[in-house]
Amino acid sequence: MALDEIYKEVILDHYKNPRNKREMPGASLTCSRNNPLCGDEITVFVRAEGEKVHEVSFLGQGCSISQSSASMMTEAVSGKPLEDVRRLIHDFRAMMSGDLDPTEEEFGDLVALKGVVKYPIRIKCAVLAWDVLQGALEGGAGQAAGASPH
Amino acid sequence: MSVTRERSGALDVARIRADFPVLERTVGDKPLIYLDSAATSQKPRQVIQAEADFYAHHNANAHRGIYLLAEEATAMYEEARAKLARFIGSPDPATIVFTRGTTESTNLVAYAWARRELREGDEILLTEMEHHSNIVPWQLAARDTGAVLRYIPLTDDGLLDLSELETLLTERTRLLAVTGMSNSLGTLPPIKELVEAAHAVGALALVDGAQLVPHVPVDVTELDCDFLTISGHKMLGPTASGGLYAKRELLERMDPFLGGGHMIEEVFHDRSTWNEVPFKFEAGTMNIAQEIGLGAAIDYLEALGMDNVRAHEVHITEHALRRLQEVGARIFGPLDAEVRGGAISFWYKDVHPHDLATILNEEGIAIRAGHHCSQLVMRRYGVPATARASFYVYNTDDEVDALVEALAKAGDVFGS
Repeated sequence: MALDEIYKEVILDHYKNPRNKREMPGASLTCSRNNPLCGDEITVFVRAEGEKVHEVSFLGQGCSISQSSASMMTEAVSGKPLEDVRRLIHDFRAMMSGDLDPTEEEFGDLVALKGVVKYPIRIKCAVLAWDVLQGALEGGAGQAAGASPH
Repeated sequence: MSVTRERSGALDVARIRADFPVLERTVGDKPLIYLDSAATSQKPRQVIQAEADFYAHHNANAHRGIYLLAEEATAMYEEARAKLARFIGSPDPATIVFTRGTTESTNLVAYAWARRELREGDEILLTEMEHHSNIVPWQLAARDTGAVLRYIPLTDDGLLDLSELETLLTERTRLLAVTGMSNSLGTLPPIKELVEAAHAVGALALVDGAQLVPHVPVDVTELDCDFLTISGHKMLGPTASGGLYAKRELLERMDPFLGGGHMIEEVFHDRSTWNEVPFKFEAGTMNIAQEIGLGAAIDYLEALGMDNVRAHEVHITEHALRRLQEVGARIFGPLDAEVRGGAISFWYKDVHPHDLATILNEEGIAIRAGHHCSQLVMRRYGVPATARASFYVYNTDDEVDALVEALAKAGDVFGS
């Protein structure tokens, strides 16, 4: 295993310059969770109307994998129909469990996280933001596993 | 890797390392450098052999059968109990209840003592540096009894802040439960003084010995604590070995913990009477082979001498604290090796501990990254997690140096 398989340029870029890392006043959905194993925290804010996800932002603290995954996720899902967002959540999880091998064309920056599959303990870090997004879409503000919104 | 007796201080580390099969393995193409003994220690072949030997030649249930194997198994199991009692300075083997380790021991006290003894408004005094296993059992007991938890706070440099002790430890306090050595900060609290202070207000004192007993000579008779929890797997023994030391009169007075076979004297339709101490706390088939393995671990540590074990730890901790500070790591906890243990929590630049642990793993170096089951400590110092290196009898200065060199690599990856 080589470190550049996990710490790809694009991951480090999203970690150091996170996109959409801000609170969203008036968000229609929010959810907040932490990873009890390590203490990483992510809060996701969603502005959605009907069947469309207009905008997603996040706040959080944690390792490069959890935070870059959150950053990439906000870019990948903002402006998408709800159905597409749900499918992407499903497909992202499938990629992280090694059941799906998407191309860069299909997955954009997110394919960079494929390398994490070789580090099983870190897969949870990559998936955390997606779990929180799903929680938000399910109206799960109260499902926070310990952490509270900032 | 060259290891000389001179460099390693009190122990012949090269010779010790030869006893630990796992230290011969590699991680990728790098030799394993194991710096996570605060989580669990590695096992010498003497311990592995003792457990295997029991299964191969003596396996039977203890305290059950009339035949030769059962007698041997019982004698070996009870010999391990006597060794553990002697190891912590108790003259009476019956003061040792075998358990799976410190977590089970603490829960045993929380169920068999606290739930029976505590009333609404009674107080349990903890410290903010406790492992979750010395917090959560008391939260559960407090919920059931109406007792209140209070906490001794921490100073900025990782010591207990005892300035308000008189307002925290009062006649309402029924139990003081304090770690003997912090697993996250390395701190050695002044347990003898704290036990005395607890007794002065009529409270009992429990010392969490998970990190203390493996690393520092302990004498419960001198310490006079009422309870001491002991983890076998952190002191070269098998997982699920360990025990609870308690003063005999307490054990006599306490309720059983788990009900089942062997812990009874007589069973009727509607009630039972209990076996004598300590058996009334040992329900069902116990971890016989593991406790026998722990006995071998104690033999190993006693042959090294616990004073030497501690001296080696002070030496390597001093070296690590110096080297880590030289490269700008932020240390959480005391900086004087004489007043602390060898578990060192740190941040290197702004590299998140998880990323650091992944990068170090590429160099064959195993450290812990996370909150170390000490979220109160993490919150106190404003970090979500720390990296933690911890040492034991088989670690060398060279391994510490390898850790420090690998940190630079992590800095390179993150451009910091």
